[in-house]
Amino acid sequence: MEVSLQPAAHTTGRLRDRLSFRDFGRKWKNRGMRLLLLVMAIAAIAPLLSVFIYVFQQGGSSLNWSFFSEVPVPVGETGGGMLNAWVGTVTIVLMASVVGIPWGIAAGIYLSEYGKGKLGNVLRFATDILTSVPSIIIGLFAYAIIVVPLKRFSAHAGAAALAVIMVPFVTRTTEELLKLVPNHVREAGLALGLPRWKVVLWIVLRGSAGGIMTGVMLAVARVAGETAPLLFTAFGNRFLSLSLDQPMATLPVQIYTYAISPYEEWHRQAWAGAFVLVIFVFTLNLFTRLIMARRR
Amino acid sequence: MSKAVALEVSQTVEAGPVKKRDLHLGDRVFFWILRGVATSVILLLAALTLYLFRLSIPAFQTFGAKFLISLEWNPVSEVFGAGPFIYGTVVSSLLALCISVPVSLGVSLFLNELAPKKLADTMGFLVEMLAAIPSVVYGLWGIFVLAPWLRTTVQPLLGKTFGFIPLFQGPPFGVGMLAAGLVLAIMITPTISAICKEVFRAIPDHQREASLALGATRWEMIHMSVIQTARSGILGAVILGLGRAMGETMAVTMVIGNRAEIDISLFAPAQTMASVIANEYAEASSQIHLSSLAAVGLSLFVVSLLINAMARFVVHRVDSRSAKAAH
Repeated sequence: MEVSLQPAAHTTGRLRDRLSFRDFGRKWKNRGMRLLLLVMAIAAIAPLLSVFIYVFQQGGSSLNWSFFSEVPVPVGETGGGMLNAWVGTVTIVLMASVVGIPWGIAAGIYLSEYGKGKLGNVLRFATDILTSVPSIIIGLFAYAIIVVPLKRFSAHAGAAALAVIMVPFVTRTTEELLKLVPNHVREAGLALGLPRWKVVLWIVLRGSAGGIMTGVMLAVARVAGETAPLLFTAFGNRFLSLSLDQPMATLPVQIYTYAISPYEEWHRQAWAGAFVLVIFVFTLNLFTRLIMARRR
Repeated sequence: MSKAVALEVSQTVEAGPVKKRDLHLGDRVFFWILRGVATSVILLLAALTLYLFRLSIPAFQTFGAKFLISLEWNPVSEVFGAGPFIYGTVVSSLLALCISVPVSLGVSLFLNELAPKKLADTMGFLVEMLAAIPSVVYGLWGIFVLAPWLRTTVQPLLGKTFGFIPLFQGPPFGVGMLAAGLVLAIMITPTISAICKEVFRAIPDHQREASLALGATRWEMIHMSVIQTARSGILGAVILGLGRAMGETMAVTMVIGNRAEIDISLFAPAQTMASVIANEYAEASSQIHLSSLAAVGLSLFVVSLLINAMARFVVHRVDSRSAKAAH
């Protein structure tokens, strides 16, 4: 409509003016929208940078040797560390891995090698659901099956919750990687007279071992940072404890407890804990990325 | 196509002249072990559902179906209703979506359509790293960086400018619904943008070339050939993001202020279904309190199932349609 506002001398000129005016609007809309997309991209990255800067600044400056070597001191005293928490996290994640990884890999093998039938489809559906269940609900489940009968919080319960979180992840990764192995590889093995289980274990699985390892490491990185399912399973412990049927401290839960506490000293420790956790998780992520990049 | 052929070949190998008797004993053992493992994972899910039901039976017996709509949650007088938490979960997740969807779309379009490859790779990597940060670290950052910033800068400004809208009234606490929505938005952005990027990548280049050849500007091309084509894929991504936002626990628990009341203002503290469980379960002493929390968990479980089923339905429909189009 605004086009008619353009002064026009004669017909061809009017047409040209009209086009250029519309193009003018389109050009600016184009520029505006491209700028908007750029702004959105920056807005998506900005929080990451902020989290990074604070974790490194606050955490890095609060980190010292006693963080790793000492247990917490009573409130009001300075010093102390999170020895109990990082030992607890390592213990519980190891326990969860010992159960969750083989379980997940075996289920993944079933899906890729025998998973065409009804059971395979049901299993695929079940792992999909398990992946989407909020982790706090898995904590409720571990509470019901382990904490209730034993009548106390324990490292076992925490490890069980983390293992349940790991299984569907490892299953899907294993299935996807084994499916990448071309069928003629299996057929070659069978043609040589190898029994099928040897073909699967020694040829198919072994050939994808590197890829599965990266998937497993990502699963470990994920559960190492989990807090919600540990709150009422492993609970927490102010002392260094290695007995698996007792409550055990973990890094994420201790960061949570310290963060919501009113003590300045504890906040400092929480940042140091976050620093350690972020470094650990990022190292695992970067490492898997490097491996995957090299394989390509 | 080649895959189908390969499958047929392998089936003939299985179903060929080899009789069951000829099979290795090891093969049968191996098969049954794997079958057992497969069944056990399915049983795991069944047990999870069953135990969740069993934990929450007392609450539903005491309060009935009204549990889901009752607005009172009082551990002292032992009256429980999930209303405030359902409200908190819905509002915080929707708020997160309102913030995250434009940003996720923007970043995935920018990386896929506009940015030079090197920049796109670096930024894509950074966005993925957002997803790797543990929830509790976001919570820590939320308490000590985001909430003070909201209290001193953002909320007074919003109150002054949009104070006539009830959403932005009330004293600026920092922690509360707005903080929870923001942290959730940050946490679901990698999820949504990763799926959107996949969807955009699946669009063949000739579609883009067609609109560019007709004289479209870059933005018109993105609008016509990319966004329009990917609409249902984007919808699937958004629903999956919603599912993630509803189940997210720790970061929300740390910044939402934890108060079991419904307040229309976004500045006010609130509580979500996940956060009330995290906050009270370890300390709950009475049986009915524990059971009510488990009932909240069961409701969350059912909702997250429905959301994920919906997302899968949408994505699946897109898949089958594009498969049809390809043939």
